Amino acid sequence: MTCSDFLKELTDYLDESMDAQTRAELEDHLQWCHNCYVVCNTTKMTIEIYRDSHLYELPDDLRTRLRSAIITKCQCHEDSPGAAPPNAEVRPIDSPKTK
Amino acid sequence: MGTIQPKVAEPVGDELALVHAAKAGDISAFEELVRRYDRNVFRIAQHITQNREDAEDVVQDAFLKAYQNLANFQEQSKFYTWLVRIAVNEALMRLRRRRPERMVSLDEDIKTEEDSMPREVADWAPNPEQLYSQGELKEILGKTVQGLPPSFRTVFVLRDVEGLSTEETADALDLSIPAVKSRLLRARLQLRERLNKYFKNRTGGDGKQ
Repeated sequence: MTCSDFLKELTDYLDESMDAQTRAELEDHLQWCHNCYVVCNTTKMTIEIYRDSHLYELPDDLRTRLRSAIITKCQCHEDSPGAAPPNAEVRPIDSPKTK
Repeated sequence: MGTIQPKVAEPVGDELALVHAAKAGDISAFEELVRRYDRNVFRIAQHITQNREDAEDVVQDAFLKAYQNLANFQEQSKFYTWLVRIAVNEALMRLRRRRPERMVSLDEDIKTEEDSMPREVADWAPNPEQLYSQGELKEILGKTVQGLPPSFRTVFVLRDVEGLSTEETADALDLSIPAVKSRLLRARLQLRERLNKYFKNRTGGDGKQ
């Protein structure tokens, strides 16, 4: 297996979506190829750092404002195909949730 | 070497009941669906548009569109995957408006295999994210992901940040599974390459520390 072959399989390797034999071949390559080991390790860290970064969190005040705007707009479109028929009872938004 | 473990999906046991109630006109059920997924939609929209105002508009318009089209939701996929598809389309539309001079498409593809080939191979410091304050780290990560082509960062945010499976990502983006895998590999490798300068082990060297 060459380094180029290894790179092509890197995503499936990190996602654990490959057969046992290919996996064994990749791990064998990692045993002796330091460059691929580093690329594999730092790519894994890249994914983990992004996943744990809380980048682009929605602040609570904006969240409340957006939700309120969405629900108001939805209530203005009650005749839309997905919404209630005109004579259906629409409960106020702060009423208890349907479980 | 360890591998990336997928995020465990949150239980969605009552989700279908909420969808059915919302379809029958129960606005509070729909509000619960908004509450469940508004953060995710905002994150996806901000990753794609790279613009805060656009991301806010995408959240509103995606949920409104979902509400108006609930009757067309056939329940063959998860509600969330269906919602993501709507949100991605809204986000790409806004990106096109802001960048009319450039083609913005999920089909936008990559010139050569070489664009993602590792050029610099340096090991990183242990826990490199701790080299920076939270604010600095977010700035670095934001700037770095912004440099990816829209089609790459769209696949990356769905797969690696939101934890959708390859199949769900392909379904949401109307791409083939090989196309998702190809974009994901290149996105991951390009991000890694760009983060090198911030995270590489500097024990012998220059720069920060």
